[in-house]
Amino acid sequence: MAFKKLINNKILSLFGVLMLSGTSMVMAADATTAAAPGSDAAPSVWIGVSYYVLLLLVVCFAVGIIGKILHVYDLTLKLQRKSGIKWNNVMGVICLAFLIAGLVGVYWSFTVQGSMILPEAASLHGKTIDTMFWTTFGITVVVFIGTQILLFSFAFIYRGSDKRRAYYLPHNNTIEKIWTVAPAIVLTVLVIFGFFTWRSITNTVDAKGEPASINIDLTGHQFAWEVRYPGKDGKLGMKNYKLVSGSNKVGVDFKDRNSLDDLNADTIVLPVNKSVRLNIIAQDVIHSVYMPNFRLQMNAVPGLPTFFKFTPTITTADMRNRLDKSDFEYHLYCNKICGGGHYNMQKIVRVVTEAEYQDWLSHQKPYLNDQLRKELKMADASQPKQSGVQNRLAFNN
Amino acid sequence: MSTLAVHDHHGVEHHDHDHGHHHKETFITKYIFSQDHKMIAKQFLITGIIMAVIAMLLSILFRIQLAYPDKSFPLLETLLGRFAPGGRLDPNFYLSLVTIHGTIMVFFVLTAGLSGTFSNLLIPFQLGARDMASPFMNMLSYCMFFTASIIMLASFFVQKGPAGGGWTIYPPLSALPKAMPGSAEGMTLWLISMVLFVASQLMGGINYVSTVLNMRTKGMDLWKMPLTIWAFFLTAILGILAFPVLVAGVVLLVFDRSFGTSFYLSEIVVQGQVMNFEGGSPILFQHLFWFLGHPEVYIVIMPAMGISSEVMSVNARKPIFGYHAMVYSLIGITVLSFIVWGHHMFVTGMNPFLGGVFMITTLIIAVPSAVKTFNWLATLWRGNIRFTPAMLFAIGLVSFFISGGITGIFLGNAALDINLHDTYFVVAHFHLVMGSAAIFGMLAGVYHWFPKMFGRMMDEKLGYLHFWLTFIGAYLVFFPMHFMGLDGVPRRYYAFTEIESLKQWLSVNTFITWAAIMSAVAQVAFLFNFFYSIFFGKKATQNPWGSTTLEWTTPVERIHGNWPGELPTVYRWPYDYSKPGAEEDFIPQTTPYSQTMTSNLPHDFEDNPIGLTQYNEWLKTQTVNEEVK
Repeated sequence: MAFKKLINNKILSLFGVLMLSGTSMVMAADATTAAAPGSDAAPSVWIGVSYYVLLLLVVCFAVGIIGKILHVYDLTLKLQRKSGIKWNNVMGVICLAFLIAGLVGVYWSFTVQGSMILPEAASLHGKTIDTMFWTTFGITVVVFIGTQILLFSFAFIYRGSDKRRAYYLPHNNTIEKIWTVAPAIVLTVLVIFGFFTWRSITNTVDAKGEPASINIDLTGHQFAWEVRYPGKDGKLGMKNYKLVSGSNKVGVDFKDRNSLDDLNADTIVLPVNKSVRLNIIAQDVIHSVYMPNFRLQMNAVPGLPTFFKFTPTITTADMRNRLDKSDFEYHLYCNKICGGGHYNMQKIVRVVTEAEYQDWLSHQKPYLNDQLRKELKMADASQPKQSGVQNRLAFNN
Repeated sequence: MSTLAVHDHHGVEHHDHDHGHHHKETFITKYIFSQDHKMIAKQFLITGIIMAVIAMLLSILFRIQLAYPDKSFPLLETLLGRFAPGGRLDPNFYLSLVTIHGTIMVFFVLTAGLSGTFSNLLIPFQLGARDMASPFMNMLSYCMFFTASIIMLASFFVQKGPAGGGWTIYPPLSALPKAMPGSAEGMTLWLISMVLFVASQLMGGINYVSTVLNMRTKGMDLWKMPLTIWAFFLTAILGILAFPVLVAGVVLLVFDRSFGTSFYLSEIVVQGQVMNFEGGSPILFQHLFWFLGHPEVYIVIMPAMGISSEVMSVNARKPIFGYHAMVYSLIGITVLSFIVWGHHMFVTGMNPFLGGVFMITTLIIAVPSAVKTFNWLATLWRGNIRFTPAMLFAIGLVSFFISGGITGIFLGNAALDINLHDTYFVVAHFHLVMGSAAIFGMLAGVYHWFPKMFGRMMDEKLGYLHFWLTFIGAYLVFFPMHFMGLDGVPRRYYAFTEIESLKQWLSVNTFITWAAIMSAVAQVAFLFNFFYSIFFGKKATQNPWGSTTLEWTTPVERIHGNWPGELPTVYRWPYDYSKPGAEEDFIPQTTPYSQTMTSNLPHDFEDNPIGLTQYNEWLKTQTVNEEVK
């Protein structure tokens, strides 16, 4: 009914004024740009905007006109002693149309966009996570489709009419019990399955008899990751944040003898099928180690060391062949808001064969480089053997 | 309890009655420092709508950045100045936009705008009270909320821009002004604004709870309250218990920022400079934050659930299915919502065993949610559905709640969360289940109770247009995000251009942005309809929807004290729609059973043995009469 008022003369003239002023603004803007092309950016900024504002006004106007037409049609129907437009029927039909279009859209999304998701899991636990995911998906998608069909088909079937009365049904204890217990059972299954999957993934202690994991030290700061590998002894040296400086970026404490042979790396290189333990920490704010290909995520928290143990199963080269993409790389992203550079805090992760790994490892520079030695006033003589090795490595690079 | 309340009312009634007639109101006491619950509700609503429009525009700004990361829009520089140098959003300002969009939407629109509006409007109306328990505190609550809104918006005008650490403001990012521009003065304003906001919510909440417990009219026992009131009541309890914890967290953060304490900070080196913080834990803040944060999402969704239950029952002309089950599931959600907060923290370094425990509690909370959904479906079944815009929005809420709730089963599972945490899957999940669903509940409420608030009707056809564009738009925006998340696209990324594997989603991003713009434009239909109808809408009748609840027994003029004479007495539950044997398809709560003999059922006298014997006697006479005939 309000449409009657909406499209009365006052509103029409208001629209007219707006349109006119809009057009004149565009023309004025055109004139200025024509007079001084490029000399003043401000008027041209508004041209695009006034175009869209005009477009919006035209749309509003069209909506108003359609509303008016509907209203007139409604009135003529009523004049002919009919009941006017039955909006309940119209909306019921639109609900049904939405349901059908929605189901088609969901099918399209699942097939087209669904084929872009979940890159092949490249780790042992990633496979179990994917199994868990598809199980959950299988159960929930049935519920999703089923309940949406019920919702919109009920809306269509039971659309209102003056001839009918609704069925008075305040409650039915049996059916309520059924649909309380049924989801409870399904969820219990998912909980148990999920709980054991979770426990097996987070159980990061090396089991007896299992070869020790490779310890890798990952330190996040704005906006980069520092990577440190243990040397020959397989042990990472201690760190102390108070020792952080320009040359000792992660604050390694060289009083700990384990630190002397630690290696500094600029990519993360992992041997395939070997258990790896990432020791994660951040220096300034919270970051998050996220490697979607390995289904791996753990926050890097300042002051709180965290870790994630996993076993990569597919080498980068292998993955490139499978995907037929010669430039494919695994990536480590930061996945916890950490400041302006958050979106570009990435690191390449490369999974290689054991032989390639050993070769790569032997080419890495020691963390304790010459400059650091100088700063720490370490006498070369105190570790004659070690320095020899380091010099050789330095020459190789 | 109710006898006590009745006594109270006699006193209050006379007082207010006189009050309403003799007291002359000025513009200031009527529209600004009003103590009338109806006016305060309108104040909350209109402030909420304005905040919602602002937050929506912010989201369009960052959506444009995501759709066209390489393009420059000179207009942006004209409008935003240093925040968009060269016509491209600054990465830090992008994060500020995301932060303020989230904060405004969650707190200022969906908490204050939703509960503030409808609790204030409906609690006295539907319970048969003349006003809130403490009208003055109610006024203070709005004043604080308004001040908090102003401070939040003012943060756009400080040198380094508004807070930018995400709406969860995790320290150390939010605690170290050096870490990002958004952690400077903008964050201080954010914290001040939130403290005021929480004070406002607490005053509101205490008022709601005490009104519900003490000021119900004669006959209105707890089991005769509409589901809206149950929802507002439980929401207020949640807020009272959860919000103070946020204040505790925020105050400690203020200490860390300004007074050199280290509650949340330990072993920090910012930009090469070693800081003097030791012994704190960033995880502590996350615990404090999510102890509020998780109940908060139920604070947002429960009023919407209550509103849509009511709206669906009225417009399906059918009692809500399983009223008791609906109430018990609300209570279940209320209790459980306090022991699930850890599911936001599965990968933060919290003890993994604790993660397992939180996973169990989280999936349990899905049971009451499922019960509610099935009950809504059963309410529609064999109804006589009248598609008012309010009804459509209530149906939309159910649809969103299903779509978004189901993905909660993935995210609540700690093992699956490893891969999905902080990706677009989460964004899609909560925007559907608490964002869109709650805003649809709010819009359903606005369309349904507009006649009660302003004495006029909104235009239905514009409402239809608004609904379908928004509903379809919201699905187009959020459905594709699930797939992005499953591909491992992290949220809060300024641009997808830097990372090879994210580039395949650039076209999807453009699509989402245009869908978002369409939905935003659709809101023009609502805003026009809303403000136009306030002044020029069709005059409303007293009970336009044929509803049973008490608010529709008040006069259209919306007088001070709500009812001109005595307060109404309640005889029955609020959902007697389409009762067989009744003359009309609804029986108001104020109609005694003695007047509706033909439609009474033995079930109506379950806790009323005298009534039952009378009913049986009446039945007997009926059968005797028939035999005589």
